[in-house]
Amino acid sequence: MEKIKLTIDGMAITADRGKTILEAALDNGIYIPHLCHHQDLAPAAVCRVCLVEVEGRGHTISCRTPVEEGLTISTESDHLNKIRRIPVELIFANHDTDCIACTRNNNCQLQRVASYLGLERDSMDRMRMGNIEKPIDTSNPFFDRNPNRCIYCGICIRTCDEIQNINAIDFASRGYKMTVSTFGDNPIADSRCESCGECVVRCPVGALSPKTTMEPSRSVKSVCTYCGVGCGVELGVRGNSVVSVEGDRDNAVNHGSLCVKGRYGFEFINHRERIRKPLIKKNGKFEESTWDEALDLVAKKFREYGKEKVAVFSSAKCSNEDNYVIQKFTRAVLGTNSIDHCARL
Amino acid sequence: MIVRLNTILQSNFKGSKEELIPILQKVQEEMGFLPKEAMYNIAKFAGVPESKVYAVATFYAQFRFTPIGRNKIMVCRGTACHVRGAPRILDEMETQLKIKEGETTADMEYTLETVACIGACGLAPCVMVNKKVEAKLTPKKVVELFGGKGGKGGKGGKIEN
Amino acid sequence: MNSSAGKAGKGGKVVKLKINFDEITIKANQDWKELQSAKKPVILVGTATCGRSAGSLETLEALRHEIKLAGIDCEVIEVGCIGLCYAEPIVCITKPSQPVVCYGDINPAKAKDLVDNYIIGDDPVAAYALGTLGDGSINGIPRLVDTDVFKPQVRRVLKRCGSIDPTNLNHYIATDGYKGMNKALGMDSKGMIEEIKKSGLRGRGGAGFPTWKKWQFCNDAPGEQKYLICNADEGDPGAFMNRSLLEGDPHALVEGMIIAGKAIGATKGYIYCRAEYPLALERLDMAIEQAHSHGFMGKDIMGSGFSFDLKIKEGAGAFVCGEETALIASIEGERGMPRPRPPFPAISGLWGKPTIINNVDTLASVSLIFQNSAEWFAEYGSKDSKGTKNFALVGKVKRTGLVEVPLGITIREMIYGIGGGILNDKEFKAVQTGGPSGGCIPASLIDTPVDYDSLAQVGSIMGSGGMVVMDEDNCMVDVARYFLDFTQKESCGKCVPCRLGTKQMLDILDDITQGRGKPEDIDLLEEIGFSVKRGSLCGLGQTAPNPVLSTIRYFRNEYESHIVHKKCESKVCRDLISYSIDQEKCTGCRLCYSACPTNAITGDKKKPHSIIQYECIRCGMCLEKCPPKFNAVQCIPGQIITERS
Repeated sequence: MEKIKLTIDGMAITADRGKTILEAALDNGIYIPHLCHHQDLAPAAVCRVCLVEVEGRGHTISCRTPVEEGLTISTESDHLNKIRRIPVELIFANHDTDCIACTRNNNCQLQRVASYLGLERDSMDRMRMGNIEKPIDTSNPFFDRNPNRCIYCGICIRTCDEIQNINAIDFASRGYKMTVSTFGDNPIADSRCESCGECVVRCPVGALSPKTTMEPSRSVKSVCTYCGVGCGVELGVRGNSVVSVEGDRDNAVNHGSLCVKGRYGFEFINHRERIRKPLIKKNGKFEESTWDEALDLVAKKFREYGKEKVAVFSSAKCSNEDNYVIQKFTRAVLGTNSIDHCARL
Repeated sequence: MIVRLNTILQSNFKGSKEELIPILQKVQEEMGFLPKEAMYNIAKFAGVPESKVYAVATFYAQFRFTPIGRNKIMVCRGTACHVRGAPRILDEMETQLKIKEGETTADMEYTLETVACIGACGLAPCVMVNKKVEAKLTPKKVVELFGGKGGKGGKGGKIEN
Repeated sequence: MNSSAGKAGKGGKVVKLKINFDEITIKANQDWKELQSAKKPVILVGTATCGRSAGSLETLEALRHEIKLAGIDCEVIEVGCIGLCYAEPIVCITKPSQPVVCYGDINPAKAKDLVDNYIIGDDPVAAYALGTLGDGSINGIPRLVDTDVFKPQVRRVLKRCGSIDPTNLNHYIATDGYKGMNKALGMDSKGMIEEIKKSGLRGRGGAGFPTWKKWQFCNDAPGEQKYLICNADEGDPGAFMNRSLLEGDPHALVEGMIIAGKAIGATKGYIYCRAEYPLALERLDMAIEQAHSHGFMGKDIMGSGFSFDLKIKEGAGAFVCGEETALIASIEGERGMPRPRPPFPAISGLWGKPTIINNVDTLASVSLIFQNSAEWFAEYGSKDSKGTKNFALVGKVKRTGLVEVPLGITIREMIYGIGGGILNDKEFKAVQTGGPSGGCIPASLIDTPVDYDSLAQVGSIMGSGGMVVMDEDNCMVDVARYFLDFTQKESCGKCVPCRLGTKQMLDILDDITQGRGKPEDIDLLEEIGFSVKRGSLCGLGQTAPNPVLSTIRYFRNEYESHIVHKKCESKVCRDLISYSIDQEKCTGCRLCYSACPTNAITGDKKKPHSIIQYECIRCGMCLEKCPPKFNAVQCIPGQIITERS
């Protein structure tokens, strides 16, 4: 990849050709305030806060301007602040600012931008407040849509379109009345939404908030237990319980994407009815047992019945590798082709 | 309805995204408004997601999602009309029809709307009644349009089907 | 190939041979001359939208009826608009060997007078006449070109409007029509762009970008398929230049588009026109069909090897679609939301292909430049703004209308010369140019020349040509509020500064005009305005604060009066005025008493009445009802505060 040399705030940096100024800055550890940018999505350039000064060009939107050899850029000036403060103040004037009640508290792009620009309560109070009592859509079992926290960056819409290709939501109406809407403004549960939650994880604020997850204390890499795709997951663990699931961005299989089951279907892990030990039927009743006892029993029965009377059924909840081994075992060790699998969860 | 819709679609359009706005215009012209069911089927016909059809239809001021009255009155809110008293014309219209801008009378006789500018600025203030422009209006002339005070749609008014 | 002119038949697919343009012209000229030197009288009735709204269809009907009754052989032709909106309905009559006489305000009764006296008789009814056109003179009627309305004007783009039948292609051809196309077909792109460069033509849509430069970008852009779009989405409230031209002379645009298409290498063109202009759409449709059937459009035009097709796209009601990239999105079937630039449409526009978008007047000017010459076009205008420009002169002037003036004319000449001064001889306060993107120019700058750069200097813009005149009765805060209300409703919502900034500014202006303004609001408006102008994504947002910023700049005292004194001196803002009854003058006639919708008026019969201020909603009905001979009700600026007892 061809490298471009440029200067940001007096520092010489290099960036791959094709990167934007914003991406180049972020990659080099330089923060430029932004709201509508997301690394997985095409730039929209709608929040207008990622302005920088490009020498010889004046103020420029950094999320859409590609790097060029020799550009000299500054990310801070009185002029820039004068332009970019107002939009952020206006967003706050139309935003439910009860941050404590918000799932994104302390992990919110809007909070970050506001603190970067030094916004204070007083300076926001001079603005006329908008309506922040719009109805919340709670129809989806996994997440809520709260328009009073929405900043209309369009990241959810672009995610649904560019990444998922579902197009359950789009902008409706226009101007100040614009909303993020399903067809006919129906509840999201009645739309073609598949609840994958890709939009929820990308929402820079708390407009889309998960209902069933909690803040984890540590994370553990694993593989999704649902189907044969084998998506990489990062299980959010609190104490000894899984409280959230996120896609593993480093995993070559799914690059961080998940489906509704992988992301939200983790309840079974901690479910009290989950079978945690092998059960053996004794006297017509299942009784808890040990793995050694159970496996001995199975081995004994295999020998007893022989290959003609045995079939193996394996589970999609096992990894591909496990399934490979079980079919090898069935054919090579047991000597039968009677094996099936339920990759249809 | 769906049969009628399909006839409109099949006989006028090929079914491409480029045609989406003309399709919506044609369907509204034929049906008077855009029912949800029609938009859903238009999406299938044009090969676009239904959310897109809704997004496009709600963007443009021309499209409506509720049935329209038999007479459509559009009050011009152009600059020339404004400086020559259009706000009072709209007020009088609302008083006469007992509805607000954007609404339709309960008897489905009148729909009252505003329009950005109908381009008859030299004759401001004006309104468009169905396809005819009424020029140089005064609140008094508005009353006459509806056939005298309180005579909403009554006999003697100038607005007729 | 049938080269006979006249109203075209349904243009089916015809195999075309090389067409001789001269033959077509000869036939058209014959047709035109026959009409001009007819033995019988010819009556022209202006039936463009403006004429129709003033009742010209009734006048037309009356004329036809009277002529039939009298049994006279006489031709009645519907024409476009000559731009004298204040005098609609307009009728022009030509009698053999007499100049054309234009009449104004012709209602059906006056129409009968005209038939009786001038068609049947020989009295030209000077009392109804506005002026004469063409050679010769008639006693008692001035030549139209000598009248105050026409003297400062140079009618070039509009020359055919009102004098030809817009549905008759022969009329267009006989008045130099398609001559420009014929010339252009023999030229190469380089020569054509050079010609436009020499003419100094700048985009007539508002921003004034040099047309040749735009064309050059597109011409240089790689790609087989290129598009030409005409922006006829005339959305500025208070402007109707494009509508008049499209209704009165649609071929001028069609010809301009063929020429522009040839210059930039586009084989397909779109006309994006507002659905609110049904007559213009009808005329365009017909013009395109006629051009097709005469071989001026379609495959291999006139055997030149150049092919060009035009398609009309109806707008669906979104002002922002006047913005180039939003317009493109709309044609593609999307929400009309602007796209960030670069890339510019000239490089990547419609369906990602190089696209040129020009305004109606720009393209009509292109026709003129090729029909005449670049030098001819540049005869008029100022140093950096060449040619003439159409304006819709409306608002509080005596003579409203569509005018065409050489660029560089002063605002004074337009308002007091062409417009005849302020209505009812009130005091001129300001003129608003450029629609919602423009600004208000105060009376003190009345001698500002009207050109791109001078208007920009005083904080406004030329825009597409709306010119709304305001007098002492107009409140500038209300005007600013009006424009913000408009832009706020038309904002697409895509970018934050425009979506929330225009709304916030409107909220503040609402407060100010309703008596809730705070002293710091003026600074806040300026601060938000600055940010919205510089931070917004497209032209709509970047110019939306102009009406507010320019009125603060020139009429700060009015803002202060509203905020500090809670007074609207122009008596427009309802919450900042009061009504009162003069006890000396009131006779207790009870007219106001019964008209008051809130029963705010008290007083015994035949005794002076008074208004209970806290019940009064300031609707003004009492003032309207009070007979002028008493003149007892007054409207005064400021609130009269009385406590509810």
